[in-house]
Amino acid sequence: MNASFGLGAETLSRSLAAATPLLLGTLGEITAERSGVLNLGVEGMMAAGAVAGFSAAHATGSPWIGLAAAIGAGAALALVHAFFSVTLKANQIVCGIALTMLGLGISGVWGRAFVGTPLACRFQAVLWSRDPVFYLAVVLTAALSWLLFRTRWGVAVRSVGENPLAADAAGLPVDRIRILCTAFGGAMAGMAGGYLSLVYIPSWIEGMTAGRGWIVIGLTIFAGWKPWKAFAGALLFGGIDVSQYLFQDHCSPNFLKMLPYAATLLALLASGRSLHGASAPPAALAVPYRKGER
Amino acid sequence: MKHLELRGIRKEFGGVPANDGIDLSVRSGEIAALLGENGAGKTTLMNILYGLYRPDAGEILVDGRPAAIRSPKDAIRLGIGMVHQHFLLIGRHTAAENVALGLEGVPFVRPERWAARRMEEFAARYGLRVRPEAPVWLLSAGQQQRLELIKALIRGARLLILDEPTSVLTDAEADELFAVLRRMTAEGMSVIFITHKLEEVMRLSHAITVLRRGRVAGTASTAETTPEALASLMTGLEPVAPAARAQRAPGPEVLRVEGLTVAGDMGVPAVSELAFSVRSGEVLGVAGVSGNGQSELAEALTGLRRPERGSIRISGTEAAGRDCRALRALGVRHVPEERPRFGVVGDMSVAENAVLTRYHEPPFCRRGMLDAAEMRRRAESLIACYGIRPPSPEARAGTLSGGNIQKLILGREADGKPALIVAVHPTYGLDVGATEFVRERLLEKRAEGAAVLLISEDLEEVLRLSDRVAVMFEGRFLDVRENRGLDRRELMLLMGGGQPA
Repeated sequence: MNASFGLGAETLSRSLAAATPLLLGTLGEITAERSGVLNLGVEGMMAAGAVAGFSAAHATGSPWIGLAAAIGAGAALALVHAFFSVTLKANQIVCGIALTMLGLGISGVWGRAFVGTPLACRFQAVLWSRDPVFYLAVVLTAALSWLLFRTRWGVAVRSVGENPLAADAAGLPVDRIRILCTAFGGAMAGMAGGYLSLVYIPSWIEGMTAGRGWIVIGLTIFAGWKPWKAFAGALLFGGIDVSQYLFQDHCSPNFLKMLPYAATLLALLASGRSLHGASAPPAALAVPYRKGER
Repeated sequence: MKHLELRGIRKEFGGVPANDGIDLSVRSGEIAALLGENGAGKTTLMNILYGLYRPDAGEILVDGRPAAIRSPKDAIRLGIGMVHQHFLLIGRHTAAENVALGLEGVPFVRPERWAARRMEEFAARYGLRVRPEAPVWLLSAGQQQRLELIKALIRGARLLILDEPTSVLTDAEADELFAVLRRMTAEGMSVIFITHKLEEVMRLSHAITVLRRGRVAGTASTAETTPEALASLMTGLEPVAPAARAQRAPGPEVLRVEGLTVAGDMGVPAVSELAFSVRSGEVLGVAGVSGNGQSELAEALTGLRRPERGSIRISGTEAAGRDCRALRALGVRHVPEERPRFGVVGDMSVAENAVLTRYHEPPFCRRGMLDAAEMRRRAESLIACYGIRPPSPEARAGTLSGGNIQKLILGREADGKPALIVAVHPTYGLDVGATEFVRERLLEKRAEGAAVLLISEDLEEVLRLSDRVAVMFEGRFLDVRENRGLDRRELMLLMGGGQPA
């Protein structure tokens, strides 16, 4: 009885930890995509955040400074994406994939010095022996949901992503809003990466993002671009991630490793798509807006 | 007092002037009509006034003071509101969210609640009622227009620009709109009303400015002018060229249409209960201002749009609802409007475009494999016969000039023995030489026994090529007449929806 309770609590705890980076990344991607910018560079921004977070925390001994560095690294890469895809109107898919490769490459080089170095500093648990970043992610979920659907900013962001021409005619600075949302998305991806190297596996391992950036992009669609559904989706995927350890005695490890990715595919198939429905993508997603064109 | 004055406005697109030295003034409390054919420069001028385009030259005065309008925001600040022909609404959002969008003074939290309250005020004052919580994509065109009006009014518009406001409305909705506009001008607001419908201008406006090819062709006070005079101003009275058509007796009936009803993109019928026929060796010209169902008619006849009901018989075979390929097999050919979009694939070569409708059949395709040499030979023969420049089968079609694209399309479509050619605005935007070439080819096909349905806004062209002339207005043919001794001005009146004298 006691042992199984312990196992249950352990599983929940691990699931929440696995869910946190997915949730952070998805909240960011939801914001960027709601404004009409598809950012496929999440994986790269996560990796950059992970290595920046680790190196800053290692150097200063403060996980908070590490987290700030992770956020900064993600946002900086996202600004590159915004410059090419929003300012220069480049193809967002190509640009995003290029940034994933760039982020993975940079982090690999930068992180070479830290391979095998354990992280000396940790976040102090705040409540129920959980790290503060998890609670931050929950607060951000609520805040983002409120901002997107209950405030003037939300109307502006969603309008820019639905019909930039109409938003422009209403006097909104379309490109500026998109750049800010993209930067926020990158900052969140960076924070997700920082969580991986500061909390989840407190060390730096090359390739430690392990495709989580891509799962985030899938989760964004699965969540129908809604923060609370992203929360539920991240918990679900966190649970799937942890189930690898639960079933490792009964199942081939190769099959278990495949689970999160297979689940992403299934989730995407299940979420389906309609043009006007509640879970339809933003109408102007990945379409650059060129002012004054006939 | 002058509410608005435009002086010497000029705007070029790619070296072609869309507006050339336009002067316009609107007095307070006045409904000013801006009249002109499509492409006359009306919308360009209003987009300049609303800050969506910057003029290359000229100045704008609002309430007698020079105004710098660099963006819609500037225009809004000056009390200028615009209702575009294609509404600038966000379909997934609610009506109230659309009102709140970009509006100064809305609260940060729950801006749509505040907007809903303001909407109530305007509903009471002008009879402009729209349910605030309704998603826009569920609203009818008339309701969406009302929402656009509310948006403009809440932003403090004192001068309203309406671009072709009745084109998407039913008659009853148009009457409602006119009543609202009269109420607004009674309160001292001014309205600029863009249209090509003469009847509306005579009914609603106080003063009229007519544009033709980017210039002011004339101005008039509505009380002192006639629809006939306006029609002359719109087209410019040039002598009708003598018909080059050889008289010949038409052959058997090729196309018979009965009870044809076709829905437009907005869901309302664009073509209603149409019935007509075209015979072999005959050109039926359909005159009319764009947007009166011509596109939908052409699409239904060529298999691009499924008709709601009615019958389309090609040489006796029922063809309504069949796809393009099936119709092609019956001998239907299509010279489409917006040729760079619907006529060719710009990124593909001339050779590939030359066989676009036949690539799947021999000799171009054998056992699933394309025969590049055969395609090239085909393109070379088209290039030689039709004088396409540059004479290269490898050139990307999108890099060709409009005239050469049209020659390529015509060559592809007129090939063989077509039973019916549906040609939509076939010479729109072409220079004189290419225009002549296209017209001669169409007459040549007529002489070879093809039935030709010519849809055109160019009255000159319709009168020159057609054996019979139909005027299309709001989805119907107002009249089908033999092309003998027709009065251009009367046709012009019919095109604007007026009654024949």
